[in-house]
Amino acid sequence: MLDRATAALRGLGHRVTSRIWRLGFASRFFLATLLYSGTSFRRFFLTVREIYFTGVLSLIIILVSGLFVGMVLGLQGYDTLQRYGSSEALGILVALSLVRELGPVVSALLFASRAGSAITAEIGLMKATEQLSAMEMMAVNPIARVVAPRFWAGVISMPLLAALFSAMGIFGGYLVGVQLIGVDEGSFWSQMQASVDFREDIVNGVIKSVVFGIIVSWIAVFEGYDSEPTAEGVSGATTRTVVTSSLAILAADFVLTAFMFRGA
Amino acid sequence: MHMKIPAVVSNEPLVKISDLNFTYDQRPVLTGINMTIPRGKVVAIMGQSGCGKTTTLRLIGGQLRPSQGEVRFDGKEAMHELDADGLYATRRRMGMLFQFGALFTDISVFDNVAFQMREHTNLSEEMIRDLVLLKLNAVGLRGAQKLMPSELSGGMARRVALARAIALDPLLMMYDEPFTGLDPITMGVIGQLIRKLNDALGGSSIIVTHDVQESLQIVDYIYFMADGKVVAEGTPDEIRASDKAYVHQFVWGEMDGPVPFQYPSAPYREQIYGAAHA
Repeated sequence: MLDRATAALRGLGHRVTSRIWRLGFASRFFLATLLYSGTSFRRFFLTVREIYFTGVLSLIIILVSGLFVGMVLGLQGYDTLQRYGSSEALGILVALSLVRELGPVVSALLFASRAGSAITAEIGLMKATEQLSAMEMMAVNPIARVVAPRFWAGVISMPLLAALFSAMGIFGGYLVGVQLIGVDEGSFWSQMQASVDFREDIVNGVIKSVVFGIIVSWIAVFEGYDSEPTAEGVSGATTRTVVTSSLAILAADFVLTAFMFRGA
Repeated sequence: MHMKIPAVVSNEPLVKISDLNFTYDQRPVLTGINMTIPRGKVVAIMGQSGCGKTTTLRLIGGQLRPSQGEVRFDGKEAMHELDADGLYATRRRMGMLFQFGALFTDISVFDNVAFQMREHTNLSEEMIRDLVLLKLNAVGLRGAQKLMPSELSGGMARRVALARAIALDPLLMMYDEPFTGLDPITMGVIGQLIRKLNDALGGSSIIVTHDVQESLQIVDYIYFMADGKVVAEGTPDEIRASDKAYVHQFVWGEMDGPVPFQYPSAPYREQIYGAAHA
């Protein structure tokens, strides 16, 4: 009995210390990525190429999702607002919901699933097929050449995708609210224009999406680089990227929201 | 390519491995390895899978740090004592062919071979083009320059990887299982390329392999490894004539010997009928 309890405690201790060790490794990896980022900017075409793969190829899912989220917001928002006789405020509701919250958060979740998983799988497979080792043996630092451009591509793409998501969502809300239900078009746009504050709402939304971009890209490149060089290892790393990124996005969103919109 | 470079300048060995030990996860992988790789020679490291051959190669390339002992390249300080810049500067004088080529799958054959030239030199694109075609011609694949790695056969991929490895004319070429998974013709082609390129570049080559017959035809010296130790060494003729049980079993591919056929297990009768009937 005592032996079993000791073994369980030892196992728990081992799991905790290995998690802490991995977190430490991930932090050092993040610093190394920043340290070796010079190449990503000196040879910016490397980053541009990755922006195409992570950002441009994510456009379809971001735009279509944004449109539908905006359309649902239009329907739900109208249903609630018309009970209080303020259906003209639909534009404010749609815009603020998207710019402050749904734009950055949902686009980051989609980005983690679409681009984050792809980055992890690509780097993981490069490791499994010894491409990273080959690069090291060719005196080329894989963190500078492979990891950093992908990291910065994610950081740059994320706010742009979030902005497009919000714009598409507002258009979806307009389609449903104004064109389908018949909310006054002038009220929809003018109330939105009057109530959405550039500093408080738009800039804060952009800050959120930049932070989410850093989180998702960091997790994605780290999981790929640290994956076991086997099919199972790469598959596990890809799953971890999506799960960890999603949880980290939601947690970070709460913290950022608490700081940004206190009493606003 | 067939022109031999005359006179090796120094008599000092290109690679000297002294009392090398390597431990992974508290498990000894290599114990007391001593090897000398002379300039201009092709040296093979042989042994069964898991005996520590590839680990030795990675220690020579500085990808792993020894637990004890050292590897010296070209008479300079030990590999594990070099800082990052020194290590990368040393690696620029080395080339490595990985077991399955390790070609970058997102770029073409041409770009794979040009990779190091673009990373480490300021050569113009015209010059790089000429050099890449020269290297690809040396391995007989000039016509495949526009193909992607996914369009190549295993043997072609290995040859492209070879062209990429010799892109900067390295002083030392390392080959990790270059014959694995190849048909006899391709195997012969790769073997001859290794020998000819070594003679043409005037450098040294280390081949890690368990393909005995192909290797004995092209190498100058052989180290046999078992359980992380060097158990035999000699020229191909000495190895063929060796009466050491392990070498004999390995060279002639005998089923049983010092390397047992059976994985360690409980006695057969005991396992089949249970301990009571054993």
